[in-house]
Amino acid sequence: MRYLIAFLWKHSFFFLFVFLECIAFLLMINSQNYQGTVIINSTNQFTGTLNTIYTNITDYFSLRKSNQQLLEENTKLHNLILTYQNDSIPIMHDTTYEYIGARVISNSVHHRNNYIRLNKGSNDGVEIDMGVVSDKGIVGIVIGVSKNFSTVMSLLHKDSKVSAKIKKNNQLANIVWEKIDYQRGKLDHIPTHLLLLQGDTIITSGNSLIFPEGINIGFVEHYFQNEGENLNSASILFATDFNALHHVYIIKNKQKKEIQELINEVENE
Amino acid sequence: MNNLLLKNIARFIVLVLLQIFIFNKILLFGSVNPYVYILFVLLLPLETPKYFLLISAFVLGLSIDYFSNTIGTNIASSVFIAWIRPALIRALSPKLDLSQGLSIGIQDFGFKWMLLYTSILVTIHHFTLFFLEVFRFNELLDTLKRAGLSTVFTILIIIISQYLFYKPKK
Repeated sequence: MRYLIAFLWKHSFFFLFVFLECIAFLLMINSQNYQGTVIINSTNQFTGTLNTIYTNITDYFSLRKSNQQLLEENTKLHNLILTYQNDSIPIMHDTTYEYIGARVISNSVHHRNNYIRLNKGSNDGVEIDMGVVSDKGIVGIVIGVSKNFSTVMSLLHKDSKVSAKIKKNNQLANIVWEKIDYQRGKLDHIPTHLLLLQGDTIITSGNSLIFPEGINIGFVEHYFQNEGENLNSASILFATDFNALHHVYIIKNKQKKEIQELINEVENE
Repeated sequence: MNNLLLKNIARFIVLVLLQIFIFNKILLFGSVNPYVYILFVLLLPLETPKYFLLISAFVLGLSIDYFSNTIGTNIASSVFIAWIRPALIRALSPKLDLSQGLSIGIQDFGFKWMLLYTSILVTIHHFTLFFLEVFRFNELLDTLKRAGLSTVFTILIIIISQYLFYKPKK
């Protein structure tokens, strides 16, 4: 025993090093299932408040751009109202989804796994697994909520998988993010008989309970035909500019609970 | 001694804030991100007890991880270079006399020594950091490219900062 203690003491520097590295690796492994990340970050008021102060200052530098974006969006909405009025069709009240506006208080695009923090939390009705969109297209999924803040797993993440479809023919495909390039993603699992052209629009499929159908994801940039394989792929340009996110909307699916119960019921039988 | 401690605490806070609010927001060529915060580990006084090196590197990595939504990767890479540091200093200047009261920097050790010292530690730190973050080997080339470019920028910034805070000897 005495020798063991002497041995440990002699190499204490090395053992302390190993011990600290073990803590780091434990943290890393726990955050691999991204829930671990949530516990440490999103529930934290301190980092949230600090980031809010920072964005309060830096937002002034992007006021011109934000205004431009809001103007464009308003124009789009006004035009939409006009078409409804002219058509004199009774407006369908789709009450399935509800939007919650939020401000981005921290964001990154250069990590392999990127997260976005928003200034809305459970007090405002935000829950885990809600979709987040910008005025241009989809942004990510809420994975953590505290009282006043929420953490969003960006589309720019190793584990992001969004169920997408090709607008022109309604064929399903998957969106993944592989290259660290915040403007581009990859469309996977495209059946070989489909021909995609540059500029084809990719939208959400509406199959998941997270996003409503028809929200823009991106546009086809290149179509790759893999010889001898059943499925092709394509590189797409994201509709959302992830490097300039300021205002986003969190989407609440009011019927989610009901649909979830139905699914559970079927699975149990 | 107290003065030295205060100076290092101040350096710690300033570097963490700079990293979170400036360097993490800088995006050169789309994905290159310098991690200048490890300058703290590089500049800790020569007399620093070894265990304190490790613990301060741990706290440093934890603070960066805490604010940038990465868990554990910055801790692991910072602690790793803190562990290498004493051996590296011994290898670079075997005849170092601690009683002379030298402090790590260009004015005491010269440009060549400092460049070599910074390059070795920054390279090790960045490559561990980038690989731990990706955790996949099929993205090897892309990760190597990003780690390499970021390393170059961090070394550049650290060397420039040395000249910015250069105090001529009396």
